[in-house]
Amino acid sequence: MMETVSTETRTALLKVDDLHVEFDTYGGIVKAVRNVGFKVDEGRTLAIVGESGCGKSVTVQSIMGLTPTPPGRITKGTAMFDGVDILGQKVIDGEDIRGARIGMIFQDPMSSLNPTMTVGDQVAETLIVHRGFSRKQAFNRAVELLQMTHIPEPEKRARQYPFTFSGGMLQRAMIAMAIACEPSILIADEPTTALDVTIQAQILDLLRELQGSTGMAIILITHNLGVVAHLADDVAVMYAGEIVEQGTAEDVFYRSAHPYTLGLRAAMPLNDPARKHGLKPIEGTPPDMFDPPRGCAYFARCPYAMSVCEKNAPPRFEIGPHHHSHCWVHHSDAPPGAREQLRVEAT
Amino acid sequence: MKPLIEAKGVTKHFKIGRNRIVHAVDDVSLDVYPREIVGLVGESGSGKSTFGKTLVGLHQKTSGEVYFKGEQLPGRYTPADFERYAPHIQMIFQDPYSSLNPRMTVGEIIGEGLRLRGGGSRSGIRDQVTVSLRKVGLEPEHASRYPHEFSGGQRQRVGIARALVMEPEFIVCDEPISALDVSVQAQVVRLLGELKASLGLTMLFIAHDLSMVRYVSNRMAVMYLGSLVEIGAADDVFFRPKHPYTEILVGSNPAPDPKTERSRSAVVIKGEIPSPINVGAGCRFASRCPKVFDACGSVTPKLLPVTDDGGEQRFVACHLYDIELSSPQSTPA
Repeated sequence: MMETVSTETRTALLKVDDLHVEFDTYGGIVKAVRNVGFKVDEGRTLAIVGESGCGKSVTVQSIMGLTPTPPGRITKGTAMFDGVDILGQKVIDGEDIRGARIGMIFQDPMSSLNPTMTVGDQVAETLIVHRGFSRKQAFNRAVELLQMTHIPEPEKRARQYPFTFSGGMLQRAMIAMAIACEPSILIADEPTTALDVTIQAQILDLLRELQGSTGMAIILITHNLGVVAHLADDVAVMYAGEIVEQGTAEDVFYRSAHPYTLGLRAAMPLNDPARKHGLKPIEGTPPDMFDPPRGCAYFARCPYAMSVCEKNAPPRFEIGPHHHSHCWVHHSDAPPGAREQLRVEAT
Repeated sequence: MKPLIEAKGVTKHFKIGRNRIVHAVDDVSLDVYPREIVGLVGESGSGKSTFGKTLVGLHQKTSGEVYFKGEQLPGRYTPADFERYAPHIQMIFQDPYSSLNPRMTVGEIIGEGLRLRGGGSRSGIRDQVTVSLRKVGLEPEHASRYPHEFSGGQRQRVGIARALVMEPEFIVCDEPISALDVSVQAQVVRLLGELKASLGLTMLFIAHDLSMVRYVSNRMAVMYLGSLVEIGAADDVFFRPKHPYTEILVGSNPAPDPKTERSRSAVVIKGEIPSPINVGAGCRFASRCPKVFDACGSVTPKLLPVTDDGGEQRFVACHLYDIELSSPQSTPA
């Protein structure tokens, strides 16, 4: 399944390798993220997709140094950003990276803002801390930023408190804050999950517009395949703490190479009048993260499961130039019938 | 066929201070026929949940009537009324975490309605709980466990089992899948579909995920700021929306398909749902409507039948479809 090799040049801004994150809990150690690696290329959007508990948020939080430690712990891995390993480093705390060269927005804008500060002051704070702006300078720039994120009457709104803002407006203010220092990467952790579809469409359009004007890369964390299709250039699918498939959006949506990706796709309704197929849920539940299975984590739920999958973790199989999958079905010894079936089902 | 549930001009206002009234639901009329699922969609603040709760008596109606099999339901429920109607009308709630009492076992939660109704022996109730658990795909031994021992999807099944055990004829499902993961949503949706087929259930399915509602329901109703703006066959409303608001709502819903998403021009609506406090005359969508014209500001549109494309009967509350009001140049193409 070799596609024509794309000739586009990609410059990796951030390269994460072999990331492992654990949490101490009453029940034992939860291995939340296991052997996660990905690249974020300049000006592109990488979506990390998966269901609750798959470790997608923990992954970006550890990169940003936001994992609470203890109970959290990065046990292994590197995250190279501009020649520096930022994983677990103090350097990320200061003026340099977090909040300046990598911005972040969160799922719940209501609880992400300080209720006792005006919105304008909160946006301005970023500039005072990271850029050494004076209060006045920073506030003026904050108003401009609110304007860039299409908040009506930005001068007036900058002087108001978060409770007077709606959810959509708060998310715009969060975005203004995150892009204040012109970051080269914006991490958006479920940015539209708490919003209505009409407001979601507005926020997605805004992100796209800002990416066009600033050229920043976006890491989008979401469980909504519709949002992924709308915004993502590249997609990483996570399951039980691991990345199971990664590729361009076209690869993952039209040439899915992992049974879990197929399962997610079949569980989503299609907006197609001709195809009102029955929704196909993924049977069963994700594995116990206290004691993740030795083999493939998807084994128990996988319609393609083979005996090798139970005890042996699948290695990475290259499917195309930017496309890989962790599934034994791609091994040369696997029955060609299964591989063929996966290919048919994927299209 | 006679409707199982008839809502006539149901209105629910909340007083929140002197001369300040929240028009949560305004004059909504909706019939639900036996063995049909009606999907009710709208943004947060559109009044869809309030309408659902008003139907089952959890909110007192400000005005309007609700009929169940032709019998008028009380405007204000007394405890005796709840006892009387609970066996026939049940509700499934949105949040599977806060809607189950953490201090009761799943068996107690599911059996509580039967116990309150009285007349059943303890073992009889236990048997019915077992049957109900099986129907939703849980095991009888789950009855002795507490809600915290279950995942979100399993808890939602407990909520469904609690509604089913009363063998109701009508269930209001208030966003039963919004709090769940994609793959679990599909499980619950399929379960509801199976139960509808095997038990002949009638449901009002409230949700904000339009593509999911299209899968679940026979008819789809769209609410905006307390009023019903469009109702018709689910596929007709989804693929050939008539009301400008429905068009935007459908257009905002991203499809899991990169090609469609990239080629599609975004239907982005300006602004947000306005305040429902002290709503005046005129169309409530006028302030955001891309097709607004003179009449919209002054005359409140009524829900009128529109049939022109061979689809099933459709009702739309928009002056564009009112020949007397819409000027020739604003007639829809």
